[in-house]
Amino acid sequence: MGRIAFINANAAAAEAAIIAGCNFYAGYPITPSSEVPETLSKIMPERGVPFIMLEDEIASINACVGAAASGAKPMTCTSGPGLSLKQEAIGEACIMELPVVIVDVMRGGPSTGLPTRPSQADIMQAKWGTHGDHPIIAVSACNAQEVVFETIRAFNLAEKFRQPVYILTDGLLSHLHAKVYLPDPEEVEIIERAKPTVPPEEYYPFDYNYEVPPLAAWWPKGGPSYRFHMSSLNHDKTGFPTVVPSFIQHQEKRLINKIMNHIDEIEKFEYYKMDDAETCMIAYGSVAEAARVAVDEARKAGIKVGMFRPLTIWPLAEKQIRDLRGKVKNIIVVEMNLGQYILEVQRVVAEKIPVYGVLQAAGIPIRPAQIFEKIKNPEKSVEICMTEEELKKFGGGE
Amino acid sequence: MGYRYELRFGGVGGQGSLTAGTIIAHAAVFHTDYYATQVPTYTSQVRGGKAKADIIICDEPITFSETTKVDFFMTTHQSVYDAYKADLKEGAIILSDPALVKDIPDEDRKKYKIYEYPLIYTAKHEIGNVVTMNVIAVGICVGLTHVIDKEAVREAVKDSVPPAFLDLNMKAYDLGLEVGEKLKKEGPPKKA
Amino acid sequence: MAVDYTNYLRMEKMPLYWCPGCGDGIVLKAYIEAIDELGWDKNDCAMVSGIGCASRVTGYVDFHTLHTLHGRALPTAVGIKMSHPDKHVFVFGGDGDIAHIGGNHFLHACRRNIDITVVFIDNWNYGMTGGQHSCTTPLHVKESTSPRGSYEPPLDAAAAAIGAGATFVARGFAGDELRMKRYIKEGLAHRGFSIIDILCPCPINFGRRNKLGDPVKLMNYMKSLCIPKEKAEKMSPEELEGKHITGVIHKDEKKTELTDSYYGWLVKEAQKSDEYWAKYTTGRLKEEDKYSITKEELKGLYPYDVEIPLKKWKKL
Repeated sequence: MGRIAFINANAAAAEAAIIAGCNFYAGYPITPSSEVPETLSKIMPERGVPFIMLEDEIASINACVGAAASGAKPMTCTSGPGLSLKQEAIGEACIMELPVVIVDVMRGGPSTGLPTRPSQADIMQAKWGTHGDHPIIAVSACNAQEVVFETIRAFNLAEKFRQPVYILTDGLLSHLHAKVYLPDPEEVEIIERAKPTVPPEEYYPFDYNYEVPPLAAWWPKGGPSYRFHMSSLNHDKTGFPTVVPSFIQHQEKRLINKIMNHIDEIEKFEYYKMDDAETCMIAYGSVAEAARVAVDEARKAGIKVGMFRPLTIWPLAEKQIRDLRGKVKNIIVVEMNLGQYILEVQRVVAEKIPVYGVLQAAGIPIRPAQIFEKIKNPEKSVEICMTEEELKKFGGGE
Repeated sequence: MGYRYELRFGGVGGQGSLTAGTIIAHAAVFHTDYYATQVPTYTSQVRGGKAKADIIICDEPITFSETTKVDFFMTTHQSVYDAYKADLKEGAIILSDPALVKDIPDEDRKKYKIYEYPLIYTAKHEIGNVVTMNVIAVGICVGLTHVIDKEAVREAVKDSVPPAFLDLNMKAYDLGLEVGEKLKKEGPPKKA
Repeated sequence: MAVDYTNYLRMEKMPLYWCPGCGDGIVLKAYIEAIDELGWDKNDCAMVSGIGCASRVTGYVDFHTLHTLHGRALPTAVGIKMSHPDKHVFVFGGDGDIAHIGGNHFLHACRRNIDITVVFIDNWNYGMTGGQHSCTTPLHVKESTSPRGSYEPPLDAAAAAIGAGATFVARGFAGDELRMKRYIKEGLAHRGFSIIDILCPCPINFGRRNKLGDPVKLMNYMKSLCIPKEKAEKMSPEELEGKHITGVIHKDEKKTELTDSYYGWLVKEAQKSDEYWAKYTTGRLKEEDKYSITKEELKGLYPYDVEIPLKKWKKL
């Protein structure tokens, strides 16, 4: 028994987080993500769970780390510059294996960039923003309804794999109000982190006997209290720091493997009109909707084109992209940045077939007409560019 | 594709023009069987910055929500008129407040159906509260375009205004509807 | 009454990591005694630390412990305390960790008056990384990055805490274990943000560089800088120049604690409101408000060939 709402994708992410059982929010306001804390600041006190705006993004993500370690299901939300600040603690959540959900409403950059305009420029930051080898899961969504579904999935993945998970949306989605269905928690599958099966004295937070070791709550309701130590340094199974090379190699590899061994569970994607396609568009997030319109138009014009839309951005849908090499003659990647996901596609395709890109980071959405033009003529550049007249002008104006 | 109607409500921050769009989108979503999306665009200038809300009303699920052929454009500021008239389709209906949009080029008058009505003056002096401007605009928009059922919109107005101001807003809405129907019957003035 | 220290320590982690002559061990001893006197169950205690010599304490105490990022112990502790307001949350850290890199978090934790007790060990340098000068290094004191003496004016963390709104501020000295224990105990028992600023000798990185001699000589030198609050009141500002005034220097029991403010006020306010949201969150949803979506309707909202999380229809 859910309800219907007319909300934007940010509010949808906030509502979905509550459905998924989020019981801790710490954040710092940043355009264009502010509707997330605005919505949660109404709901969370009513549920009696903490909502707090902290002094900066660094504090917010660290508070989430603390909350996750003590047993809560935390979420934080930010945009590009804030995500840069959060990176160190995201690495901490990776090494401590703590489930934290990070909503990133992507905006133009670098630096303060384009606060109110959409972009998809945090794809690589999500993957490589924090230092050191680490796994990452990032999901994306193309409309507000999908944001609801993917937010629930992000929480489930975070809990299942003890892993920070990103939800990548963008400034365009955050402004788009649409009709969405908000399901009741009973209608959806909610995964909670595995509970330890051993008594406190035999418990290790990073037990080698498990691929994903159970994470004990510090103060579980009705159960014994599990006391343990967790360090942000490389550690052994007890959570205490170690510099023994074999231990460290084991830990680092397990971190990667716990994700990569389950890649089929994590990957989610959509094929659109791909059955007989000769050209494959690859697009994700809000851009995929423009690409979908372009695919429809091209089909009307008799061009055999389809779309592969990854919902899971990281880990990369490597197998699916590799398979495209034998199916289609060329690939066009459409993204609102100057080429981030396309780098991964090029790596996987390994020059077996041509890979083209519609790569525009101008603060405006990519229009279906531009993509259609690219489908007709892949060699042509369709991105927006300055005219001769504009080049001579004194300034750009507002 | 069956029915698809694109509306744009533009003003400068603080005027409340975007609220007018929200009411129509709400009406479509909650009180009719149509699908609707609303995409507001604004600048970081909270008061006085250019702002618009694009609304699509459609009888099919809306996947791509960018407006490309706007059927109706309401504007209450010259800068907004100049900035956001680009995506209007040939013969689009424009509703503007002549007190604030003073300079409409002649070629535009040939291209579009331009209706001018003193929205803000009416709200202030006939209804008695300037904030009802957006509800009058909603009424005129519905009267002019019949975009969705006027009773559905009435319900949405009821949902979105504070109970204490319900009567005032109903009065504003009825006035807007009446003006809209009248303007529709008369057709756009040939030359201002 | 003899305290059984082993009850509070992870004995398998002994011996302690700190250098001979370091004051951190004395602070830890006083701290354990304070907890023991309060009779708190160690299951109810959580300690968070950042990075640094003092931050190693979390490895030794047998509580729920987190050894987090440099400077970020306080926000991490805020996360724990906000989600578990009935538990005891402590932060242990040095001057570089809490006041320098974590200065912003420190000020705002003081302002919020969240019930966290901070034991702030001020040894005037970054001891662990080789004695670089920090924000509390006194003017003209030599450190590895100030070989001719530091040219920056230092921060008085306790005064900053008072200014920012902390409700319990005490200054102690690692060489004065009895008084230090009293301050820590009072700080732990205080409902609100409490900080105990403890002057602590670092004979290896600070004492050696400044030719202050062996640990005992250094301890005596630092002791000479400490003036009890009562005595200081009778002294002139000139006489107090460079001195460390010890004692409970600020206590405010009127300011509302943060979790009390959240759970005791905001949550109650929110739950009694009759807002649109309220009925969906507190179970007051009426039958007619419930909405069962049909497959076709959902297809209208989500027309894609992708699996959805609704149990009823895994795939549309």
